[in-house]
Amino acid sequence: MSGFRRSSGGTTIDRGRPLSFRWAGKSYQGFAGDTLASALLANSVSIVGRSFKYHRPRGLFGAGLEEANAIVQLEAGDVTVPNLKATQVELYDGLVAGPVNACPSLAFDAMSVNGLFKRFIPAAFYYKTFFWPHWRWFEPAIRHAAGLGVAPSLPDPDAYEHRYDHCDVLIVGSGMAGLAAAESAALATPDARVLLVEADAVTGGSLLSSDEPIEGATPLAWREAALARLARLPNVEIRTRTMAFGFYDHGLVGLSERVTDHLPPRERHGARQRLWKLRCGRAIFATGAFERPIAFAGNDLPGVMLASAAQTYLRRYAALPGRRVAVCTNNDSAYETALALHEAGIAIAAIVDSRAEPGPAAEQAKATGLRVIRGAAPIQAKGRRRVAALAIGALDSARATETIACDTVLTSDGWNPAVHLHSQSGGSLAYDDGLRAFLPAAAAQATASVGAGAGIFDPGAIIAHASAAGRGETCPPPPSSPVGPGRHFADGDLAAQTAWLDFQNDVTVADVQLAARENFRSVEHLKRYTTLGMASDQGKTSNVSGIHVLSSLLDKPAPAIGTTKFRPPFDPVTIGSFAGRSVGGDLMPLARGAAHEDQVGLGAQMEPYGGWLRPACYRRADESEAQAISREVLAVRRAVGLFEASPLGKIEVKGPDAAEFLQGIYVNAVRSLKVGHCRYGLMLNEHGIVHDDGVFARIADDHFLVGTTSGHAGAIADTFEEWLQCEWPQLRVMVENVTTHWAVMNLAGPKARTVLAAVGTDIDLSANAFPHMAYREGLVGGVPARIERVSFTGELSYEVAVPWRYGASLWTAMMQAGEAHGITSFGVEALMVMRIEKGFLHVGSDTDGTTYPQDVGFGPAMAKKAADFIGRRSTMRPDATRDDRRQLVGIEVTDGKGPLETGAHVLPADAVSPGGSEGWITSSAFSPTLERPVAMGLVARGASRLGQAVRVWDLGKWREARIVDPHFYDPQGEHRDG
Amino acid sequence: MLLIDCPYCGPRSEVEFRCGGESHIERPGPHGEVSDEAWADYLFYRTNPKAEHRERWLHAAGCRRWFNVARDTVSHRILAVYPMGSARPESAA
Repeated sequence: MSGFRRSSGGTTIDRGRPLSFRWAGKSYQGFAGDTLASALLANSVSIVGRSFKYHRPRGLFGAGLEEANAIVQLEAGDVTVPNLKATQVELYDGLVAGPVNACPSLAFDAMSVNGLFKRFIPAAFYYKTFFWPHWRWFEPAIRHAAGLGVAPSLPDPDAYEHRYDHCDVLIVGSGMAGLAAAESAALATPDARVLLVEADAVTGGSLLSSDEPIEGATPLAWREAALARLARLPNVEIRTRTMAFGFYDHGLVGLSERVTDHLPPRERHGARQRLWKLRCGRAIFATGAFERPIAFAGNDLPGVMLASAAQTYLRRYAALPGRRVAVCTNNDSAYETALALHEAGIAIAAIVDSRAEPGPAAEQAKATGLRVIRGAAPIQAKGRRRVAALAIGALDSARATETIACDTVLTSDGWNPAVHLHSQSGGSLAYDDGLRAFLPAAAAQATASVGAGAGIFDPGAIIAHASAAGRGETCPPPPSSPVGPGRHFADGDLAAQTAWLDFQNDVTVADVQLAARENFRSVEHLKRYTTLGMASDQGKTSNVSGIHVLSSLLDKPAPAIGTTKFRPPFDPVTIGSFAGRSVGGDLMPLARGAAHEDQVGLGAQMEPYGGWLRPACYRRADESEAQAISREVLAVRRAVGLFEASPLGKIEVKGPDAAEFLQGIYVNAVRSLKVGHCRYGLMLNEHGIVHDDGVFARIADDHFLVGTTSGHAGAIADTFEEWLQCEWPQLRVMVENVTTHWAVMNLAGPKARTVLAAVGTDIDLSANAFPHMAYREGLVGGVPARIERVSFTGELSYEVAVPWRYGASLWTAMMQAGEAHGITSFGVEALMVMRIEKGFLHVGSDTDGTTYPQDVGFGPAMAKKAADFIGRRSTMRPDATRDDRRQLVGIEVTDGKGPLETGAHVLPADAVSPGGSEGWITSSAFSPTLERPVAMGLVARGASRLGQAVRVWDLGKWREARIVDPHFYDPQGEHRDG
Repeated sequence: MLLIDCPYCGPRSEVEFRCGGESHIERPGPHGEVSDEAWADYLFYRTNPKAEHRERWLHAAGCRRWFNVARDTVSHRILAVYPMGSARPESAA
């Protein structure tokens, strides 16, 4: 026998809205308001999954987030979601789901032979058995056998979003305690915004399934009245399908809202889930409690279920787990379930209570005609694919005294308050001997725990205590009514081998015993050695039970064993929800130049460089990339080229102390620079390492324009601010990053002057009036412009900056004016080839995290400057002044072959093996201008070894080369003057 | 995630800020007169207390001002916030 649905009842289902769904390839019917789990139970589906390790058949175990067996794969294709709990999947029409770990089918699982070998696959079996190199042979099969759902192979089509929110009082959970706390908080502080969040689709928590009267009303009536009162309070907001999954510093709470998951995929619009980062003034945790299962042999057989789950299925969904039920308990709560099932016409075979004196609940059950067996506990559930009988015995004996025929066993070993959020917030826990559970103790932030989450189960006490917490008052919790004892498993007891603690990770009492025998006695070691509590439910129902087993085995009180740390998330949250909109191209949006569209129109091959999308080169139809680069280089060398240099960093530095400030920033002298001139400068970090370089221009006595490398402007501007604010606050200087205010077009080549003149300018361009390294302002093409005559190509070169909005038109004007002179647009790659030909340093390519300025030829510049600057003292440290440091040099091949590989090692001329590298190639290219390869490298003592032969090694290949001066092209600088 | 009371903008989330490490570290100089030991101490050695810690923060996605924070490294409680350049106050706890 197995589950079925009653013909009436069910507090959260709508019988007027039947729904069809498919499970494991078969069609079924359910109702709106069902979960996938309740619908499966109502349809007599008894086996809902196969266990993780041994592939044992498993049935529904819980009704909420504690469910450990019914792990499902929802839908197929790109919208598929693995590893959901059937108890949290709201049923919708057309839903398709299946189990995650059954092969080929639930009914017959080829892997279940693992179960026969159970005694050979104990905890830590893999650690002890598989070592490299053998592990690699076993790994694929084991990964296939063990595991859960299948990750989607297609991109996630769903959207997720992030929202921020604030509230004065956050209430987590909408059961009796949550509703009472929300109401009293809202009334006590009418100006405060009170937010109540509920993970379920429906508010009410256990009110939806409980029978115990509250303040003279039924739980449902009490809930209706409380919700009606809350609805009249303007400062209360309730959000359902919203789970508080993490509590962080300073009142930050992570909320995961399931926005459209309850709808059929075709009806979903907008964000599927929403991640809220909520900051609350104070928080009240009304998170309830999870019922503990009882460990006994065969307690994972389908038909063994938590007592509270059966009551939830009955009351909320009118679904029943079976027709003849044995109830095993150590506390009163399961009696309510037994009576509810009895009233529903289910045969209660017996109530097995571990307590010798069970108290009034047992008397009431007896008065109703139910059989109560005292001082007893379950020993073994019998049956092959479903419970058929339960063997029980005296609590202190392993011998069965009676076998009870039944199709369902309900168990309750007491309750574990959901202390997760309290613990995550930094609060401490205290073990309660009566409840045999950890309760929230001292709070670390402005938080309070109420209701079952605080270990309070009496309705009157819950309301009084939660209402006080809502008002911000503290009220001592009432004394707990103790639960009864549990069975002690002797070390080596065969029953322990199938007495499950962690159903999802297949951990048994015997595994805990094994860990203890091998001295993994710390609860943190126990967890990692056995994987107890490491499944996706994070041990909601198993951790405390595991601690009880260890406590009884070691004869050590449970508080001395302690509990593992609670970490977010409380329940798994989709990764996409954390990513939000930062996916694909939106992960790191790339900036575009002012003339981007024109460049694309010219066939630019756009690639990302330092956060910008820039032309790498402009390939013509019949060209290879190398051919395009060569053509562009030769066009610049022989005629004129146009390059958009807008990404070059531009920082304005202004104020009476601007020169003084930059004097402290640059390796080079700054004060001596005359107005209207530019200078190349090198910046270090405080460790003396080359950090950035660029040209700075003096616009006025108190005004500089600082150039940085592309993509580094923001970081350099931030560095300037840090030094100004933290180290040199006395300097009167303003700093502003204006990189994207100005579009920069670089005209380079012997005909650059002619083309710029043709565009039209009021600036005297003659070589004498506007020499190399000069700065001028004026009109270009009728637009105000700033021009620097600087050259990274080695040719006559103007960098013309205009306000960004004129960038594209300046590009067009230059291309048109240059047409008669053979103007060629060129990309970053051609520029890089030209700077290597010139031997110009490229920070980040020719320098690394160990490169001092003296390593790249700036020793003399530093020696000429007396003043201190960032990093100067570090350049004097013993390691920086070693005489065998690697120095930047040119490398010329002498074997007549192609360019060297960047990163190839430089070795002495007589080297025959690659050991003892003296440095490496940092930049390398084929020079179309010189028609031979050119390269630079950092080589030990390189500067004093010009002319020496070396060998270059890369991935087993040897090349012959020579150290040379890196200025391969135009060393006298004649071309840059046009 | 900390809630930091920027002296210029008021309480804002940590994501808007950048931590610049320990505060009140004096830069030795002039460079020609600083020993290797003193310079290494300035560059590398920090107090790293398990208690109240003075550190400097930048409101990077806000006013872009640096300021000092006294923070308990165990509880993450922020005990005081005070402007850059003001003298180091006695224990704020």
